[in-house]
Amino acid sequence: MSDPIAPGTLASAGAAAGLPLLDVAGLTVLLEVNGARRAALRDVSLTLRPGEAVGLVGESGSGKSMTARAIGRLLPPGAEVHGSIRFGGTEIGQLAGADLRRYRSQMAMIFQGPRAHINPVRRIGDFMTEALRTNHEVPRAQARRRAVDMLAQVGIEDGARRLQQYPHQMSGGMLQRVMIAAALLTEPRLLLADEPTTALDVTTQAEVMAILDGLRRRSGLAMLFITHDLELAAAICDRTAVMYAGQIVEVRASSLLHSDPLHPYTAALATARPDITQTTRRLRAIPGRPLSPFETPPGECAFAARCPHAGDVCRAAEPGLVELDGGVSRCARVHELRGQLQATSDG
Amino acid sequence: MSTVMAAAESSASRRGLARLRSTGPAGIASAAVIAVATFAAAFGPLLAPYDPDLPNLSLSWVGPAGGHLLGYDFEGRDVLSRLVAGAQSSMLGPLVVVILSVTAGTLLAVTAAWRRGVSDTAISSGLNIVFAFPGILLAVLAAAIFGAGLPAAAIALSIAYLPYVARVLRGAALKERGQPYVAALEVQGASATAICLRHVVPNIGPLIVAQATILFGYAMVDLAAISYLGLGVQPPTANWGVMISENKDGLLLGHPLPAVAAGLCIVIVVIAVNVLGERLFEQARAVRG
Amino acid sequence: MRGRFVARRLVLLVASLLVASFVIFAALYLAPGTPLAALSGGQPLPPGSAQVLEQRYHLNESFLAQYWYWLDNALHGNLGISITLRENVSTLIASRIWTTAGLVLYASVIIVVLGIGLGIVSGLRSGPLDTSVLVVTAVSAAIPAFVAAIALIMVFAVKLGWFPALGNGTGFLSNVRHFTLPAVALAGASLAIVARVTRAAVRAEGDREHVQTAVSRGIPARYVIQRHILRNAAIPITTITGITIASLIAVAAVVEVAFSLNGLGAYLVQAAESKDIAVVQGISLLLVTAFVVVNLLTDLICAALDPRLAHRDSPR
Repeated sequence: MSDPIAPGTLASAGAAAGLPLLDVAGLTVLLEVNGARRAALRDVSLTLRPGEAVGLVGESGSGKSMTARAIGRLLPPGAEVHGSIRFGGTEIGQLAGADLRRYRSQMAMIFQGPRAHINPVRRIGDFMTEALRTNHEVPRAQARRRAVDMLAQVGIEDGARRLQQYPHQMSGGMLQRVMIAAALLTEPRLLLADEPTTALDVTTQAEVMAILDGLRRRSGLAMLFITHDLELAAAICDRTAVMYAGQIVEVRASSLLHSDPLHPYTAALATARPDITQTTRRLRAIPGRPLSPFETPPGECAFAARCPHAGDVCRAAEPGLVELDGGVSRCARVHELRGQLQATSDG
Repeated sequence: MSTVMAAAESSASRRGLARLRSTGPAGIASAAVIAVATFAAAFGPLLAPYDPDLPNLSLSWVGPAGGHLLGYDFEGRDVLSRLVAGAQSSMLGPLVVVILSVTAGTLLAVTAAWRRGVSDTAISSGLNIVFAFPGILLAVLAAAIFGAGLPAAAIALSIAYLPYVARVLRGAALKERGQPYVAALEVQGASATAICLRHVVPNIGPLIVAQATILFGYAMVDLAAISYLGLGVQPPTANWGVMISENKDGLLLGHPLPAVAAGLCIVIVVIAVNVLGERLFEQARAVRG
Repeated sequence: MRGRFVARRLVLLVASLLVASFVIFAALYLAPGTPLAALSGGQPLPPGSAQVLEQRYHLNESFLAQYWYWLDNALHGNLGISITLRENVSTLIASRIWTTAGLVLYASVIIVVLGIGLGIVSGLRSGPLDTSVLVVTAVSAAIPAFVAAIALIMVFAVKLGWFPALGNGTGFLSNVRHFTLPAVALAGASLAIVARVTRAAVRAEGDREHVQTAVSRGIPARYVIQRHILRNAAIPITTITGITIASLIAVAAVVEVAFSLNGLGAYLVQAAESKDIAVVQGISLLLVTAFVVVNLLTDLICAALDPRLAHRDSPR
């Protein structure tokens, strides 16, 4: 692996290089739901530079997992995809056969609930080395040695013994580390992490996040980190994108997300989470319930019904994306509301 | 009071009908077939156009002619009448088997699930022994000991099916027993029998019905096979399995109709029962979640 | 780990067989009338033979002692004497056992090759083949073996004359010809069930998340199918195939009667009709043993395929 590099160097290096590693533009996905075609993703645009970590945050049904699946070409058959997804400059939507497999070997995915995602009747060693042996033609002994090394890097010491074990002999946290190790073994350029710690208990969550973050920075890997936890994303990602009802509503540098959010939904999400360092008399929830992409009323802002700052302009037309201050916002009133949206807690 | 009970009963039958309707066209068609067969079973001897039991050797093997839609069998009896009359023993046997094994199976399953511990181990081990005996084998054994006949065969099959029914229902009863409402009832002081009879059993009711339906199909096939072997219903009693055996020489003599017609009756009812049973199973699974 | 699992199952097998043999033995006493009457098949005995029978079957000793003698004899291959044919039951069984074994084996091969094969093919892809498999299996699953027998005899033996309708045949090739229709009749309904379960298992595995993981890594489709879908579906497929083959052992009797084959099943039915208890007991013991052994083998193969089963008792 490469020498430890100070975080932030890569981001600026990438910015200097200019070419995004992953470029999602206008991604719209339609699915067949109960006989009707409905939009699961609407006009999603996102870029990732090499070595950059971007968080994708949203509640269930917001479309964040769907975005990851679209990028990973794992959408259900019959899904209609519009827009473009470019990886290293190549459009991946039409790839097939060996070209698709080559793309897949450069892009690794780790999933929520590792136990379901690892074949229960094969040994861990088989699981970890499968991609190396099949796609990269690495001989078995060498693949196993690399697997043992990688296991050590994720904190599993007796790697050789672990390779002989079966998944049911390991805990969930350990399995997730195995999955991370397996994903990094093929030295991908992009890592898609779909809620990797949601199914784990809090202590294990912290350990796994630390491992993931450390490994990623050391290897200079770009990562799209999907989660429902705004704080978690902000903690390890350089930039964070927020999704609501199948759309991107904000993209912002993580450090500015709390102090200067560009969309009322982001502010509400941040406020809704109780802060352990402060006393709150009342928990603030966002009124109403999160809408799925196909429930949104047409011709107006999807969040208008629940937004404390909704105005006439919000209900007049669907707001488009506005670029400002290095970030992106889908709030029609973003310029007026600037500075009033910071996360506050009840005093 | 009686109006309340009448209303409750009619709502129960409405629920039953609604459940049937929701099994889809295939389910409804199957239920219709089963209803026809049941009707024939109940009123068979009255419905038969001709005497099903009167032999007339001068007419043996004669094909369909005049009012005899399916011709005559090997002893010159009208095939159609014999089929209709035969519905009685062909449907009654499986019904008895299903009633016996489902009742006993439910009892054992709920007891094992409720008591757990030693009772459960004892019941499960006992049932494991019965698992070793295939249905037909037990029926043949029973025929050897008690003589050939429908009662011995039916009881033997009921015993042989017990472990299968009990295993499915025990799993469901265990799940039911683990539900919070059961604990709530226990705390309120309700007796075990009351909880089981008034709550656990009705809640696994749809599964019991589905299992019973599928079991009916198996019982029909096995009983027909045993009658075919000569160890169940005895000729000259009309019975679909017996008819196949009686008329099997006709196959080689160029008169396959009697045997084939009897075989078709069995197959059609079994398909109907399987289709309905599968649909009911899906429903039961959907409700339990 | 695996050793303990196997040992435990073997112990259960022996216990199960012991109890089953006890039940089969006790059948003698369940029969109405005295055991002597049951042994003689209800026929009047010439003088003196009553004493011979009493001595041979130890009828004057306790129930358990009799059971012990009977079991001991059985384990040494002595299953008594047939009342009707006046020969050793063991000899009578030995001359018929290969017919039944051959029939069951032939049917098993058909079930495995066609049932599993069709199930896999229709499970992996949708389309006209899949729909036709579904329809055909739905119908043939409902056709009992003896009904299938008459249909097969009618079409292939009488009308087309491709296969003989009756008898064992002489010599291996002739045997195969004679046993084909019976084997197909025996396999029919079971084949349909195996095909349906296989199809469902393959489809279910194909939808599993771990298959998505393999696909997301760019593993070629044929490896995904082999190593992840089929390998995992092998567990429920083995289970249903094993259960179905075990059930063939009993249904073979019906097919043997339908095709006039000289097998154990047909003989068992004859013996039951003529109340030749010793024969019934001997054949029942043999069939039950075969049934239980096949089920055990199925369990063992499943445990070999699924590491979670065998490791249930071992520490993490």
